[in-house]
Amino acid sequence: MLFTSYRFLEFLLILLLLYYILPAKWQWKVLLLASFVFYFWASPIYCVYIALTIFTTWYAGRKIEALREKSASFLREQKENLSKEEKKSYKAKIKHRTWIWTLSCLLLNLGILAVVKYTNFVISNINSVIKAVGSVGELSFVDMIVPLGISFYTFQAMGYIIDVYRGTVEAEKNVFRFALFVSFFPQLIQGPISRFGDLKKMLFQEHPFDRKTFSFGLQRILWGYFKKLVIADRILTGVNTLIHEADIYNGAYVFVGMLFYALELYADFTGGIDITIGIAQTMGIEVTENFRRPYFSKNIKEYWNRWHITMGSWFTDYIFYPISVCKPMLKLSKFSRNHFGEVIGKRVPVYLSSFVVWFATGIWHGASWNFIAWGLGNWLVIMVSQELEPLYKKFHDRFHVNGKFGFSMFQVVRTVLLMSCLRLFDCYRDVPLTFRMFGSMFSAGNWNILWDGSLLNIGLTVTDYFILLCGLLLLIAVSLLQRTGSVREKIASLPYWGKFILWYGLFLVVLLMGAYGIGYDSSQFIYNQF
Amino acid sequence: MEELLEILQELHPDVNFEEEEHLIDDKILDSFDIISIISEIAEQFDVVISAEHILPENFNSAKALYELIKQLEDED
Repeated sequence: MLFTSYRFLEFLLILLLLYYILPAKWQWKVLLLASFVFYFWASPIYCVYIALTIFTTWYAGRKIEALREKSASFLREQKENLSKEEKKSYKAKIKHRTWIWTLSCLLLNLGILAVVKYTNFVISNINSVIKAVGSVGELSFVDMIVPLGISFYTFQAMGYIIDVYRGTVEAEKNVFRFALFVSFFPQLIQGPISRFGDLKKMLFQEHPFDRKTFSFGLQRILWGYFKKLVIADRILTGVNTLIHEADIYNGAYVFVGMLFYALELYADFTGGIDITIGIAQTMGIEVTENFRRPYFSKNIKEYWNRWHITMGSWFTDYIFYPISVCKPMLKLSKFSRNHFGEVIGKRVPVYLSSFVVWFATGIWHGASWNFIAWGLGNWLVIMVSQELEPLYKKFHDRFHVNGKFGFSMFQVVRTVLLMSCLRLFDCYRDVPLTFRMFGSMFSAGNWNILWDGSLLNIGLTVTDYFILLCGLLLLIAVSLLQRTGSVREKIASLPYWGKFILWYGLFLVVLLMGAYGIGYDSSQFIYNQF
Repeated sequence: MEELLEILQELHPDVNFEEEEHLIDDKILDSFDIISIISEIAEQFDVVISAEHILPENFNSAKALYELIKQLEDED
């Protein structure tokens, strides 16, 4: 059930009616039921997978909490009888047991994710090796079911179990309440990846109908539909032509394609998240923001703090930090300091841990080498920027360019171009082809296609370009307005006719210019596949 | 405390670590800085700050970080 389908709108309408008509104490139960209906609709078998993750994670959480309670009560009772050393050893024993539960839960659930998502990738690599060494025969691929949104809900559940282990959240006692946290349908298929500590209060408290919150939610949904249907799905035709016919469209077409893809991905993913956050808001639930005007970033590190924020913070908190500060890593850092000097020794934990994180980020996006190359490309650029930072600082100080409008614009354009170049791995889905196409930008010498009308032959008409240009300008204008606070609050303070023109205008634009209906096949959100 | 201030100062010479109380909230320190600090602390104080202690409240000021080091030293 796509967010952009009529069926989904019917589903949402029925849900909202039930949500506000039934007693408020039933709201979270209604939401849980709706989430499972939504997921069941996608495929009944998916429910088995998500139920397994829910139950095992909830159970492990309860066990960890029980061990901790038992330990606290034992230490209280034996306060006078145990020596400091005995208490310390008892605590270490309990901590080890909680770690075993955490590790088992992580291995089981990440194992399920790995098997369903990466089995065929492993098989294809084994087959390549078999072929390379000249052996005959190959392994056959497995017809694997990949449950919708498995990467998102698994990460959300695993974040929970690590938080319980660390003692930053209390384990949830009620399995059904925990089930809602994992399966909450608006964010089930493309995030944001929420933390239990942030979302639980919102999910389980009663939400009486509030006209302002409800209408703000609807407005956010409408804005998401505008991005998805008017911009992303319209430019999709052009992007597909340029990418799928790589033999014809090289050189300057690659440059155009990567910029078109940058716009498509932004409109598609942020539009989807707008719809997600909007749906939650219509029910009075605040969901973590996932973007903060990423294309205004001045460097790639800043970009990753503003794009897909919840995924970035998940990787930082649950992979980057634990690897960077684990004892073997600190020992390695010490060894490097002693043998290779301070400069290298200091860098070892950061370089190695971020390498692992970017490898994981790449493979999380898809089971293929192009995504790994994309992840490691990001790692390389971030590390090089990190090393060049003192040089940049000298340059900024020498020429007094920091904060100047022209220089800031240069930094923003540079970041967008850099990110777009890296995304070519995502576009072409083939590492050697990506390098060839990137190289062709400098060798084909066909820049005349930018003005000789060739771009009207890639599936986009003059009208399409006009709508896309207006859409792009509107996106930029809204992003600029957002810098000084909520745009919806600003619109709400306008006189009635102003509000009416803006919101009904946007509604009509989506209705008349959205890429749907006869002749269009509304596409999946790009991030649904991850 | 002096030793800790030296570690921090070397990382960001332009920040007044004795006064600053929002090092994380104001994004003065990023994740790379935090790792460098933890690695330096392990080296100079012989104290291991594990991932579960990497919370904004422990890294928002030099004072809070020093408290954490003392607490971990006591636990040892």
